[in-house]
Order: sequence, then structure tokens, then C-alpha cells
Amino acid sequence: MPRTMAEAIIASHTKDAVSPGSVCQVRVDFAFANDITGPPAVEEFKKMGARRVFDPERCAIIIDHFTPNKDIASAEQAKRARAFAREQGLKFWEVGRLGVEHAFIPETGNALPGEIVLGADSHTCTYGALGALGTGMGQTDIAAVWALGETWLRTPETIKVALRGRPSEWISGKDLIIHLIGMIGVEGARYMSLEFHGEAVAEFSMDDRFTISNMAIEAGAKCGIFVPDEKTLAYAAARKSRDFTPIYPDRDAKYFRTAEIDAGAVEPTVALPHLPGNARTARECSSLEIDQVFIGSCTNGRASDIETAADILRGRKVHDRVRLMVIPASYEVYNEALDRGWIKIFAEAGASVCTPTCGPCMGGHLGILAEGERCVSTSNRNFVGRMGHKNSEIILASPKVAAASALTGRVTDPRDIG
Amino acid sequence: MTKRITSGRAWVYGDNVDTDAIIPARYLSTSVPEELAPHCMEDADSSFASSVRVGDVIVAGANFGCGSSREHAPIAIKANGVSCVIAASYARIFYRNAINIGLPILECPEAGAAINSGDELEIDLAAGKITDRTNGKIFDAAPPPEFLRGIFASGGLVPYVRERLADK
Repeated sequence: MPRTMAEAIIASHTKDAVSPGSVCQVRVDFAFANDITGPPAVEEFKKMGARRVFDPERCAIIIDHFTPNKDIASAEQAKRARAFAREQGLKFWEVGRLGVEHAFIPETGNALPGEIVLGADSHTCTYGALGALGTGMGQTDIAAVWALGETWLRTPETIKVALRGRPSEWISGKDLIIHLIGMIGVEGARYMSLEFHGEAVAEFSMDDRFTISNMAIEAGAKCGIFVPDEKTLAYAAARKSRDFTPIYPDRDAKYFRTAEIDAGAVEPTVALPHLPGNARTARECSSLEIDQVFIGSCTNGRASDIETAADILRGRKVHDRVRLMVIPASYEVYNEALDRGWIKIFAEAGASVCTPTCGPCMGGHLGILAEGERCVSTSNRNFVGRMGHKNSEIILASPKVAAASALTGRVTDPRDIG
Repeated sequence: MTKRITSGRAWVYGDNVDTDAIIPARYLSTSVPEELAPHCMEDADSSFASSVRVGDVIVAGANFGCGSSREHAPIAIKANGVSCVIAASYARIFYRNAINIGLPILECPEAGAAINSGDELEIDLAAGKITDRTNGKIFDAAPPPEFLRGIFASGGLVPYVRERLADK
């Protein structure tokens, strides 16, 4: 039977029959948790009576949410994660040498084309950019994978997203994915796989594709997968931590439906509070004044995101009323920002540049919002209270829109700053 | 094991109740159920945690539990004594998490539309039968998928894995 990407990847990891809706016991290539989900996963692992993880080279804990430790409780969490990592010999990196998990794991070649990668974090779908089936689970599920090296997956139906046309220079992966979620809704792909096709895919960099796959879950999707091309394979080959076999969909695969987007017609797009599907063009929102801008996160903290923000801010000043937080998503990105002078540009513009961390994205630390404050953020969720007070507001945007908005003090289309 | 018949008052919410609403991230420096419980639904309904009683039921619309993978969300609900969640549909990670930790969940769009906050409900969990004693209506929820019965039969994912490891 001809197969979609998700079906083909599951089929390569199971002995069970694969078709949409079928439940398969699959072998897992890489499984990880973070500093929030890791310690309780360790507890469940022990309760299961497990002694050793199935393969320490294929298991990891990434301490990224509340690190550098924001308080005593988070320090204790990181300590428990570290102790288990040492005991098991699984993959673990210290603060100063890692990054936000979904930026760091691809950088270190720990998610690769054709693989099944599971994380105790909902944005594990990011690895779809590599042609992998990445999906999030809870900590007990990840503990079970650490113990057994396998899990059950329901084979998802697949929505084919056909990206047509040629995006303008102002359009990033972020504009495109917010546009798509606005089209299909925040549960438009619930339990399904999004599979990206079309001539516009080639126009998007790996960083843009990571952004698009990262937010697949904001449409309810289990995963958001790109078909590997030259860019994918070059990225993966340069960074791989193990051998991999890319997997491709069959030409006559059956899709649940097709959603078409003319990428050439997409404008700089934002998501207004309090749902990622609340899509508007940035220009429609230009009357909205803002207090804070956050550029970073697993959605948009990669090198090209930071570079594009630096390009807009070069020689300019952040608006008097606005505080701009820039957080490179990993030390690889941070060091590139140092080498290429981007951090100096931010400092001279009056921005705050912080060490890699998830930080303000989920209201953890570094940039929490007070009552009534409004933030333009390059992260992925604008739920009530996500970044702080329940009466604060988050507007999701691309790094270009975020940087332009930091200059003007209101939501701004980057084409309008001259 | 979960009681077969349960009863309590309905707490009714809308579509897309996300896990930040169920348990805000600012409380995630713990995963102890009793420490999470008082903050459950804090930003969405500040009266919930202080007024909910053992046996009460959360009734919601579509896509319940969307957002973060935090298992702290079903843990916080369960720690408040909620006997069951009834929703029109669930986000997939929440669905897995609830089953794994033993929080009973039922999928029933009709119930969400007809039940009002405060209604007295009686639920037969095994049969998926929901009775609204206040308005007299009865609803049938979809039975859990067959493939999950192995996990149910073991009493959750932890005992299920323990049995699998013992077999190896």
C-alpha cells in the first residue's frame, strides 16, 4: 500500500500492519525529557522497576526550561536530572554548553531523517523539519520508552499541505505556519500528521522549516513532516550523531485532505491573544501598543532568526516604552551571534540579551509579564497567562515583525519601518 | 482501581482548555500532586480549586488539554478529587497522559452541550453512561479504544511496563 511520510516512518519501525488509525508498537530512535518532565519521568522509571535505560546513547535529559536555575526548587529539579543522567550514562549537557531542547537536539545530530524521536515536551514535533517523526508525550510515556525502547503509536491520518508560489523576502516560516493554523484552526489537524509539499518548500531554510514543524502541534497535529531534500540531507549529514536512512512518501500515497497555500500571497502575519490560530496580518494590528518584545524560543531562536532581527535593529534604538529580550536558543547560536557582531547590535539598540533558556516563553523566568502588559513574542503559544499575569497578552510574530515592533512600540509590519 | 460508578457536580468549560489554564507553568517546579492541586485552573476559574469536591466532574468542549505535554495537568485535576473529565474531544498528549496516570476521561460531544455547571451527574465509567440527574438526560460516551485495554487491565502504564519488564 502506498504510504505517507508518517505511515512510511512508522512502518519502518514496527512489525504491525500500518494504516491510518492502526495502533503499532514501534521501536524508538531517541527519547528525552527536560528539567520539568525529567525528574518525574525518573520517578516513574523507578516505579516501573526498570534498572537501565534501553540504550544510553539514545536517551537524554536537556535542562532548559528553568535553567540557569531560577530558584531553589528548580535547582533541585536540575540536580535530580543530573544525578539520573550520571547514574545511567545517558546524554546530558551542562548549562553553558546546551540550549533550548528543540534547537539543540537537531544541532547535535540527535534527531535525524527517517527516525522516530519522542520527547516529554509538546514541541518535539519540531524534528519533522528533518523528515523525522517527532512527537511529544508525557513523562510517564517517556519513562516507559526509556525502560522498553519502544512505545505504541496510533498511525495518524495525514493532511498534505501544498505550499505553492514563492514567498517574498519578508515572509518567514513563522508567517506561514500562523497563516496555516489560522486557515485550519487550532484543532484542524488534531491527532493527524501535517506533511509539507510544493515548490515553495525549497525557498524555506532549515531554520524556517524548524519553525513550521515546531508549531504543528498548535493545529493539534501529532507531527509536521517535511520530505527530505538536499538542504535536509546536508544539514543532517554535517551533524549526525549516528547513521540514518531517510524515508520518503510514496507518490500515490492517500491523504485525508489537501490544504493549499499560495506562499507568494502570505503577508507578515501575527496571532492575536489568546490562540495561535487567531491570525491577522501585522498591518491590521498596527494600532496595538506593546510593552515587551521577546525574540527567542524553540520556535525562533536559531541563527537566521537572530540575524534577521539584528539586521533590522542595526544602528537603531528600541522604542523608549519597550523592553526587548533577545535569547539565542543555544550556545551554538549565541557564539555565532558574538562572532558576527549581532549581540553588539542588540546592546547598542538597548536590548537585553540573555543566556540560552526557554525562559519567558512559558512564563518561567526572565521577562514575566505584569497585569495588563502586552508582548510581541516569537514563541509558539499565546494562551491566557502563558507568559505571566492572566490579564497579560501575547501576540505571536516572526523575528522580523518582532524587531520592527520593538522599534516602533506597536505591532509593525517590517515593510513599514523604512 | 477506579470506582465503576461515580457521582458529583459538573464544572463546565468551553473549547480549547489548554494545559497552561489547567496548571500554569509557574508551578511546575514541583510534580507533587498535593502541591499542584490548589493551583488547578487558577487562571481560567479561580474558584475551582477552592470549591471543587471529591467526585466532581469537569465537562468541556473540543480539544481539551491542548498545549504543553505537562502530565502535571491531569495530575492536578486528579489530585483535586475530580472523578472524571467529559469532553467533546481531547488533545492527544493529554489523552495519553490521563490514561497513563489513571484519570478517567470520556469523550462525548452531546454531554458537553447539554450539561450545565452545577448539575448533579452520575457516571458509569466502565459502560461510558453519563446521567444528568438535574435535567434527567442520559448520554452514552464512546468506549475506550480496544488497544488501551491492556494498559487499563494493568491499572495504568507504570504497572503495565512493570509486567512487561518482568516477562523479559
